[in-house]
This record gives sequence, C-alpha cells and structure tokens, in this order.
Amino acid sequence: MPIKSYLAHPHQGKKDELILAISALKHCEVVPAQNRDIIVIVTETDTREEEDNLKLKLEAISSLKLLAMVSGFNTPQKN
Amino acid sequence: MFTSMTNRRDFIKKMARLSAITAAVSMFPGILFAEEQERGLPKGGNLDWKKAPCRFCGVGCGVLVGVENGKAVAVKGDPKSEVNKGLCCVKGYHSVMAMYGNDRLTKPLVKKNGTYVETSMDEALDLIASKMKETIQDHGKDAVSIYGSGQWTIPDGYVASKLFKGCIGTNNVEANARLCMASAVTGFLTSFGLDEPMGCYEDIDYADVFVLWGNNMAEMHPVLFSRLLDQRLKRGVKIIDFATRTTRTSMAADKSILFLPQTDLAVANAICYEIIKNGWVNTSFVEKHCNFTKGSTNIGYGLEDKFAFKDKPEKISFEDYKVFLEDYSPEKVEKISGVSAKDIKYMAAYYGDPNKKVMSLWCMGMNQHTRGTWINNLVYNIHLLTGKISEPGNSPFSLTGQPSACGTVREVGTLTHKLPHGVVMNKEHREFAAKIWDVPVENIPSKPTYHTVEMFRALDRGDIRFMWIQVTNPMVTMPKLKRYRDGAKKEGRFIVVSDIYPTPTTDIADVILPSAMWVEREGMYGNSERRTQYFEQMVEPPGEAMSDTWQIVEVAKRLGYEKQFYYKEETHIEEIYTEYRRHHDNKKHNMAPLEVLKENSGMQWPYVDGKPTKWRFNSKYDPACSNGEDFHFYGKPDGKAIIWQRPYEPAAEEPDSEYPYWLNTGRVVEHWHTGSMTRRIPVLHKAMPKAYVELNPGDAKRLQIQTGDSVKLTTRRGEIILPASVNQRGVPAPMQVFVPFFDENMLINDITLDSFCPISKEPDYKKCAVNIEKV
Repeated sequence: MPIKSYLAHPHQGKKDELILAISALKHCEVVPAQNRDIIVIVTETDTREEEDNLKLKLEAISSLKLLAMVSGFNTPQKN
Repeated sequence: MFTSMTNRRDFIKKMARLSAITAAVSMFPGILFAEEQERGLPKGGNLDWKKAPCRFCGVGCGVLVGVENGKAVAVKGDPKSEVNKGLCCVKGYHSVMAMYGNDRLTKPLVKKNGTYVETSMDEALDLIASKMKETIQDHGKDAVSIYGSGQWTIPDGYVASKLFKGCIGTNNVEANARLCMASAVTGFLTSFGLDEPMGCYEDIDYADVFVLWGNNMAEMHPVLFSRLLDQRLKRGVKIIDFATRTTRTSMAADKSILFLPQTDLAVANAICYEIIKNGWVNTSFVEKHCNFTKGSTNIGYGLEDKFAFKDKPEKISFEDYKVFLEDYSPEKVEKISGVSAKDIKYMAAYYGDPNKKVMSLWCMGMNQHTRGTWINNLVYNIHLLTGKISEPGNSPFSLTGQPSACGTVREVGTLTHKLPHGVVMNKEHREFAAKIWDVPVENIPSKPTYHTVEMFRALDRGDIRFMWIQVTNPMVTMPKLKRYRDGAKKEGRFIVVSDIYPTPTTDIADVILPSAMWVEREGMYGNSERRTQYFEQMVEPPGEAMSDTWQIVEVAKRLGYEKQFYYKEETHIEEIYTEYRRHHDNKKHNMAPLEVLKENSGMQWPYVDGKPTKWRFNSKYDPACSNGEDFHFYGKPDGKAIIWQRPYEPAAEEPDSEYPYWLNTGRVVEHWHTGSMTRRIPVLHKAMPKAYVELNPGDAKRLQIQTGDSVKLTTRRGEIILPASVNQRGVPAPMQVFVPFFDENMLINDITLDSFCPISKEPDYKKCAVNIEKV
C-alpha cells in the first residue's frame, strides 16, 4: 500500500499542461504551487507493481522536466 | 490508542503531502500552495480577511487573516504589502494555528504550597501589585524588574518603561532583544550616532551583489531571501554566503565561503586593506563624511559578575588606519581565518567596484558575538570607505529576529539605559520623558542598572527579588542556563510570567498570567526597515487572557499611578500610541499617525510631511539632512560617520585538547525561537519534532557516528545527549558542531557560555568549546 510524495518541475510554460496530465492519472493527487513552477504530487497505490507503473506513466509525461521523490510510506493492507 | 486503518492512511497521506510542501518551502522560500491552504477552510465559509503584520520574525510580512465565527481560520500573504508582496513562509502560513493549541493558558495560576491554583485575574493582579510594593519596601526599588521581548507590541513596551522607569523609578527594564540585537544597536550608535538601518528592503531591488555575513537567510528570513532569488532570476545578481557552516543559504548562493569562528573580524579588516591597496576608496566621500577613530583593545568577555567596561575612543588619521591594516593583508588573514586570500580579494573586488551596488546583510552571526559591536563597525567601514551607503542598492543592512525588536525594544527603548527618546544618562532626555510621562524628573534614575545577563545574575545573587517576565522564554534562551534557572528558584524570589502556553519559564513562576496573543488584541509592531505596522483585535482571547499592555496598566493603577495610566480600556492602544509619538516628534524619527498606519501596510519612520523616509542620511531622500551636502550623518555632532579601527581578538573560549570542537547554536525554519508556539502547530512540530546535533561528515566518520546515533556533548558547564545529524540539513565545517535551541526537552543552553560583547552586552551563542563522543 505505498504512499509517496514528489516535487514535479514542469518544462518552461508547461505548468498547466503538466497539472492536467497528472490529474488525468488514477491514484494521483495534485497540489500546485500558486506562485512557482512546482507541483506537489501524492500517489496512493495498492501494490508495488501499481506504484512502479504509475511512476513510469508520470515520467513519460512530456511536459515534466524533473520528478523528485520527497517521501515514501508503506502501510499495511486494508484487509 | 486505537487508530482505524482509514484514518491512519489519511494521516500518512497528509504527512506525505506536508513533507513535499515543507521541502518545497525550504527550497523555494516564499512559495505558496493556495489549494492546500484552502483545504483547511470551512466549507461554504464567508471569511472576513483582515490585515496584520506576521508575528513571527523581524521581516514584518503583511498577512491577511481570515476570520469566521469569531475564530481565525486562515492566513495568506498580503499582496499589498511592500515587504512580502503576497508571499508567506511556512511559519506565517500556519501562524493562526498557534492560537489554538490544546494547552492554552486561559486562567491566572498562583503557586500555593508548591502547586498552581486557578484564581481570578483581579486577585492575581492584586497579588502582583502587593508583592511589588512589599519588595520595594523591603529591598528598594532596584529589587523589582521587568523582562520583556521583541515580541512585545509597541504599547506593551511603552507602558512597561513608563511604569518602571518613570513611576517606580528603577531602570530595571530589559528585553530579550539584548540577546539578539544589542550589538546591532551599539554598532549603529558607535558608527552613526543613531540606531537602525539607513536603507530598506527596497535596496534588494537595486543591489547587484549581496554579501550575507553569517546569515542563514534561506531559513531565518525566507521571504526576503526569496526576493534575492527573484532578483537573481530577473537581473542575474550575485549572492555570496560568508559563513561558518554550510546551510540551505550556502546551497542557493552563487558562492559559499567558510571562515573559522570569530575571524570575520580579520576578514572584514582584510577587505578594507584591499580596498585601500587597490585605490578603491571613495576619497571625496570619506573626506567629507567620515572620521577615523580607534577604541580600547583586549576588552574582556563579561564572564564575571558586575563586569564593567567603558570604551575610550581616540581620533586617528587615515594614515594611522592604513598602518593598522598592514596586519590584515589577505595573505596574513588567510592563516587566521581559513579563507583563502583569493576569496578575500574576490569579496573586496565587489565592494570596491564602483559599478556594482552591494548590500551586506547580517543577523545573529554578527550580533551574537563577543566582539559584536566591532564586527558591525567593521562592515560599516567597508561601506563607508567605498561610499556605498544610504542610497538605493548600496546598503549595510542589519536584519532583526523578532517582529518588534526594532519597534518596541529599540524605538520605545525597553533596555536599562534607554528612554523612548534618548538615554537615561542624559539630563535633557530624562526631562523630556518625565514631562510626557507626567512624573517628577527625579524619578528617572540617571544610571543604567542591569543588562539582561547581569539582571539574571542579580536575581541569582538576590539583588533582584521580583521579576515580571512577558512574551519570552528565558528558561530556554539564557546562556549557561542552569545557573539562572537555579537562581530564579531560590527562596525569596517572586516571579511573574505572562505567556500563552506553559513553558520552562512558567515552571519557575509564582504567578502565571494568561496573555492575549497577536490578533486577540490590538497593537503595533516595528520591523527591520523602520516600518511600523498596526493590527486590530480580530478575535476574542480565550478565558481570562488579557493583553500584556492591559496587565501592566492594571498593576500600575493598583500601585497608585492612576494619573499616569489614565487610559480607557476601549481606547487605550490609540491613547498610548498618540502619547508615545510625542517622544519622537522630530524630523529624524517622526512616527506616522495611527490613522495612516491603519490605512496602509505599515509606514516607515521618519515620517515627514506625509511621506516615509526610505534612505536616511541622504539629502535626496531624507528631509532631516541639513548640512547642504549630498550626505549628512546627523546622528554625530559633526555630521560625520566613524570608520573604526577594531582588531581581531579571539573568542572567549576556544577549542583545546579537552574540548576540541566549536559549538554553534541557532534556529530552524520550522520553529519560532524556543518553539513554545510553533511546536503547538502539528504540521511544524511533525516536520521538525526534536533537536539534534549536526556534525561534519569527516568527523562523524572518524568517530563512527551516523545520523540518529546518540551523541554526548560536554562543555565546562555540563553535558547533553542529542541524536546525530550527518549530511542532512546543514553541514558544519570540520571540528565544529551545530545544535538548534528550539527544543525545551533538550536544552542546549544548559551547556553554552554566558560571555558577551563588553559594549553591547549581547551574549555569544555561536562559540564555545565542546567535546563530543558517541554514546
């Protein structure tokens, strides 16, 4: 049950595009900074595989310049 | 404790979100997350946004406080504020949460038979007044004292000074700004004859180069630092971090230069040597506007009780000064300071370049220094020699740590030697204050009594028997703390503490008064750039909590000073401020009327002919200049600033074979000073829950210490065990360690040294000798 947070840096002028692209992904929560080109992403997936797949999808977004993980947690299964 | 899985996941998710936001805030000071901010707002709420200055730190950011149903529920940066232009740091952003901690003090508590008993406010105030009378009768008026802070509002400090100095007749008034800003004050007074910076934050928009002297701005003044970073993006300005430890500021700077503790004195002299050697002196400026003076040397460290020092200034010539600087060539200073001659020349070249505007910024690194006055003088020397002063972008700028260290402690004058206008030693100044205060001039003693360290020594000795402590936490912040904690607990001492939460200082109290905090009352703060800012009462304080101002007024009336404390409860802040303005009714310091403060995001003094003065001593901007020249340093009788000959002298206690490391202490971005408020804000507490000791990675490897290991620190005052931090937030230089002081469970000040600058009497929290070992 991994929960991770990232700082995402968009390419110049692509912040809105990046927010839209991430928002379209399942298991992703987006918190954009109001006055800087920085986006906080929190991911919550059920398995390690899902998490790895999600990360691949994030890294494939063309408006993303850099993705830096800040924290990672692993919680027990709900059931 | 039972926690459901859903709640736990929600909690972890929130922690993940906050970790990322905290990381972003520390990497990009001033960053805003509006969506996150709005997440906590009541749904469908109808917020009333009201302006106030932030109550954390001395920058004085304008914030808008969202109030709903009598509760402050949100904060955002005020876009109209010239200080922060809508930005906010992590502390300001969460500031209203500090008012709503679970253990908020709401009722007065009186210690009876060793336990605290709730009582009414009337009864508590009666007891305080009767104890003061009894103490004065039995031990004399110099046996009672008040100790406040740079978090006192202007009215708080004003009534404290009026009661103690004007009415009771003792100069036993001090404030914790002595521990953080006193060297800046004596630096200004000795160099210019008047306190506080000549420039303002707008200098940031004009300067080409910023030299940060021992000043971790990224963590301590993040909003201002973000203005520097903005200028780098827009104009390519250079930021030089000159420090003893690698910090987030160093990482963001264009160049990081490390020096050995205390040797900033030598480096500043070496920069002056280079300026003269290379012909970069602004000769016409120096000839017209500067004198050269030398003072006493080998001036001591204040380690003994009743230490006394008086400087003996002596005029010298420019030639004498040049000869003195021969000992400070970059090559010679390299050996003392660890700074390469190349780096010294690099800094000197920026200061010396007539086409570069340079701003020097500093705070605790230069002020908490056993030669704090000297190093302030020496940085002014650099700006005076090059004529880079008092004009947009050319600015030596002393930053402050507290929201009203300037406005209250320095301008109202809540220090033993000060009056709102002038000093107690000056007969005319005493007469002027006595007239406004409506007291006989004989009431105000002509001699200062105790500066802060000596005041607590006097409490220990029994010379002081009654102390009232407001808005500060000295049982965490005093150096060599154990002596002063034991002294305060001795028989025959009566301590009153006004605060909003229990602290190690309320632990020593005989009476605890619950105070109203920030926007639970009305008041004003004055920030680092001479800006006075008003805030209205927005919410009711909890329980019987009362403003510090009104607590003092009530006690003053009980002591029989109804005539002097004539203020009405509903209008007292306006009445006090209007009375206070009379002390500064002149072109050099006029304060803006209250209605102007209410309409604007603060106003800078001197406020003359309806306008603030942004750059003092420059006739283009400052109406008080009257010598017909471009510049007029009117704080000195001859209108000239002083270039001081001040040597390098070692610290009071340096590492040796028994205690081979330097111990440096300081703050962290998440916490406001001793953490008594910010540790009640869950986000900030979780982000930085406990203190630690930072070690140099090389030292840690040699001692086989890793992050999280327990490390014992031992000084001549005692020992403490802390978890290690290696290669984390900050990285000390080899053979140095750093410990933050916010954690009341790990009191680093139990082992620091109470040495101080003999001129400013400000302690040096940055340097003493320590041994470290893995536990």
